Amino acid sequence: MSYHPNDVSRRATVARLLLGAGFLALISAFFRAQVLRNKEYLAQAEQNRFREVPLAAPRGIIYDRNGRVIAENLPGYAVSLLSPTADSLRSAMRRLTNIIPITDDQVEAAVRRWRKNPTRPAVILPDAPFDVVAVLEERRVENPSLIIQSTPKRYYPDGPAVAAFVGYTGEVTERELADTMHNDYKPGQQIGKGGLERSYEAQLRGREGMRYVEVDARGRVVRDAGARAELEPEAAKPLRTNIDMDLQKYVVELLGDSLRAGVVALDPNDGAVLALHSAPTYDPNRFVGGIPADYWRELNTDPRRPLYNKVIQGRYPPASTWKLATSAMAMEAGLVQFDDYMPQPCTGGYRYGRYFRCWNHRGHGNINLRQAIEQSCDVYFYQVGLKLGLSRLVAGGLKLKMRERSGVDLPNETQPQFPPDAQNYFNERYGTRGWVAGSVALNLSIGQGENAQTLINMARFYTALATDGKAARPEIVSRNPERVQIMNLTEAQMQGLRLAMAGVVSSRGTANSARVEGITVAGKTGTAQNPPHPDHAWFMGFAPAERPRIVVGVFVEYGEHGYVAARIATKVMARYLKAATAPVVTTE
Amino acid sequence: MTRRIPDLPLVLTALALSLFGVSMVYSAGQTDTMTFVANLWKTQSVWLVVAVLAAFGASRASVRFLDWVTPFAYVLTLVVLLLTLAFGGGAGTAASSKSWLVIGGMRIGQPAELAKITVVLMLARVLANRREPPESLLDLWHPALVVGIPWVLIMLQPDLGTGIVFIGIFFAMLFWSGVNWRLLLLIASPAISLVLAFSTRLWGAWFLLLLGMVWLYRPYLIEGIVLVCINVVTGVVAPILWEKLAPYQQKRLLVFLDPSIDAKASGYHVIQSQVAIGSGGWFGKGFTLGTQKRLNFVPEQETDFIFAVVGEELGFIGVTLALTLFVALFLRAIRISSRANDPYASLIAFGLLASWLVHVVENVGMTLNLMPITGIPLPFFSYGGSFMLASWLSVGILMRISGEGRGRGDLAAI
Repeated sequence: MSYHPNDVSRRATVARLLLGAGFLALISAFFRAQVLRNKEYLAQAEQNRFREVPLAAPRGIIYDRNGRVIAENLPGYAVSLLSPTADSLRSAMRRLTNIIPITDDQVEAAVRRWRKNPTRPAVILPDAPFDVVAVLEERRVENPSLIIQSTPKRYYPDGPAVAAFVGYTGEVTERELADTMHNDYKPGQQIGKGGLERSYEAQLRGREGMRYVEVDARGRVVRDAGARAELEPEAAKPLRTNIDMDLQKYVVELLGDSLRAGVVALDPNDGAVLALHSAPTYDPNRFVGGIPADYWRELNTDPRRPLYNKVIQGRYPPASTWKLATSAMAMEAGLVQFDDYMPQPCTGGYRYGRYFRCWNHRGHGNINLRQAIEQSCDVYFYQVGLKLGLSRLVAGGLKLKMRERSGVDLPNETQPQFPPDAQNYFNERYGTRGWVAGSVALNLSIGQGENAQTLINMARFYTALATDGKAARPEIVSRNPERVQIMNLTEAQMQGLRLAMAGVVSSRGTANSARVEGITVAGKTGTAQNPPHPDHAWFMGFAPAERPRIVVGVFVEYGEHGYVAARIATKVMARYLKAATAPVVTTE
Repeated sequence: MTRRIPDLPLVLTALALSLFGVSMVYSAGQTDTMTFVANLWKTQSVWLVVAVLAAFGASRASVRFLDWVTPFAYVLTLVVLLLTLAFGGGAGTAASSKSWLVIGGMRIGQPAELAKITVVLMLARVLANRREPPESLLDLWHPALVVGIPWVLIMLQPDLGTGIVFIGIFFAMLFWSGVNWRLLLLIASPAISLVLAFSTRLWGAWFLLLLGMVWLYRPYLIEGIVLVCINVVTGVVAPILWEKLAPYQQKRLLVFLDPSIDAKASGYHVIQSQVAIGSGGWFGKGFTLGTQKRLNFVPEQETDFIFAVVGEELGFIGVTLALTLFVALFLRAIRISSRANDPYASLIAFGLLASWLVHVVENVGMTLNLMPITGIPLPFFSYGGSFMLASWLSVGILMRISGEGRGRGDLAAI
């Protein structure tokens, strides 16, 4: 090698220069990272180590009109896992399976929750039983990424008794999350799933709080409380309803578990829903925090369809309860008065093209409107229907809001079925020559034919009969009572109708067996043909007949005859009116 | 050799670095959830004592003795490397590689660390024995072979990091022996071709430049042709070679270009290391108090990424101090190298310097993503016995060379 001192010192200089350049390059890189971009990296470091743990807010308590609790919160436990990756979440859960039961579905559900929001602890058990929590707490040291927190759990003290309107809560689903309406929801949160819980979700929800835990690189909780100031959850305000729990429970008792029926009780003056029940019922408490699969299957395969709300979802021909609608229309048109007789007396049937039968084969003889209502004479109403004609029958029904939802504050109310017009609808359905307006009118006039109503909508119609012709929108929670004029009859005519209906629940009427001591009940029975099965039973009515304070609608599937429903309805009215005179005890 | 401690500044600098290093290993163990790392500083302290003693022992060996023993040491190194390949095992993050010599289940050490020294010794011997520095590619076959054989054995382990160190040593020593920079560039040209092959345009430009250089420098005709051919081949073969790389190797190189492409896995180390260093600021979060380190976000914090702990806890000031100490060490080594009293000793000193330098630049650069991650330790800092021993053996050899070397004036006598 060339080792002349000059060469060596020249190379040494080059080496020193290169070294100095390298040193400067490194130092300036560190200066840039540590001094110039310090804030940015500091923020990243903070983000690295803090994890938000949501603190669920207690949902608003739901009270009845007397301050009795319908829905409240019990302390429950939610178990979640912090995890940096989906795989580590999976393996952590698999480790847990050694000590607590976790199904594969639960693992996948947790992974999906994690994917939606990886910085939030993935909820693995939204509602952990206490024994599971105890086991986990014991083994906490081995599973440092575990977060166990007490979280309010929804509870309905009278569970099955309020199932028809209260709904239930559950974890927000992926489908709900995808909906823009729910874009402020996060996976793992609870949401109202049905009934009031869903209708008033915004009010009942409250505001979630936030706690911060410090975690290490593997997502293990290193410091729990005090790592950072926490944000207290904000409880929601209570929700007061119009429900009368005493009456509601009475209704539930009356129906028991053997009937398939719906009952609704309204205050006709403001539409307040006093009771609403659909039998058979289910226990919404078992739905909270995830419906057990076997219970769900049991409810879904039950032929009595407990999940199907017979008050707001069931749609049935209104049958003779409709005769009041026909009467009101005819009187408004000036076609018939209470003492008017029809051209043909009832001989058990009426010939119009074919033979239309009266329910009473022996015939009612020559009767007036009042008697026709009392005895529910079909032949009389066939003739009223013919007088009105199809177009007036349809227009009248539409005016009575028979094609509209009642507007009760519950989700999933079914729209009643009623022809939107007197021509096109039938033409489309049967072809221009496939139907005869008269026959259709005959059927419609007695509540059969192209007409299927929900119990709640019929009850709304009867609030108009019970008052001054204004129908009140049913309200479980008082919003802004809304009453709409659907009938234009004189006060005398209204009183006359109510009197005729009182006759129904008298020794002369079809519901004579439903009479109760001391109260004049007005109403109308209905027996809806349901071939090949037994007929359905209706009763719509109110009490006291002179100045009604309660409207009750009862529908019994396969009830065979209207008086079956009537007996239930009159008992409900009696209970309410007797209790209402007694002083109200407020337990709030 | 009358002084008891030759070259005190060198020893003190190395000792300062080592003590700094051991305290960082201690700090690396101070995590919120304690792991085995918590106790490593004790082991490291023991190793440091052993290594310093070994250094003083090595400083007793004269350069002549080193010269005599070099061939044997070199052959022994090759044998041990072969044994490692046959019976070796992995450890830590490189569990699948074979870089540890394992005898009866006991991990004896990483022979590659000692190979770095013996290769420097052997290369110095070969280069020093020449009257003139190698002037053509043909002249270089012997030095190339000296480095090439162990390099291949190490790349087979595979240990890319040490492989890079060998290349650094090779070029640095050729430079120090007086090889013309243009020849160095020609030797390096296939590697440059390899890197530039990913962009056809860049590679084309480089190839034109190379042709110009061959024309100007005028090596032998055959050499010129071979060189150009090799460049063409590497340029064409590179993409195929890329396919041959293991996925983790590919990822490491890609992550170097953009860590966020694989932020959770391969890029994770680099990102977390940058966050730790960047969040340190001017003065750091305080000794043992780095949050990223405490919560284990810094990967390999006691070995490859120990400098991230320095950056996080001691801040820019600490980083500057550490790098200044290294520069002081390197300047001292350059001084020793230029004052050594024979070419052999001088080359050894420069080779050892090169070995350290590559380690420091690569390791420190990697923590800020200035260099691709190759799993190379930081001298005097990273936890590891063989490496501490090798570093201090180098110090010992440098001490001896410094002690034997006299003034600049005496060198002229050769």
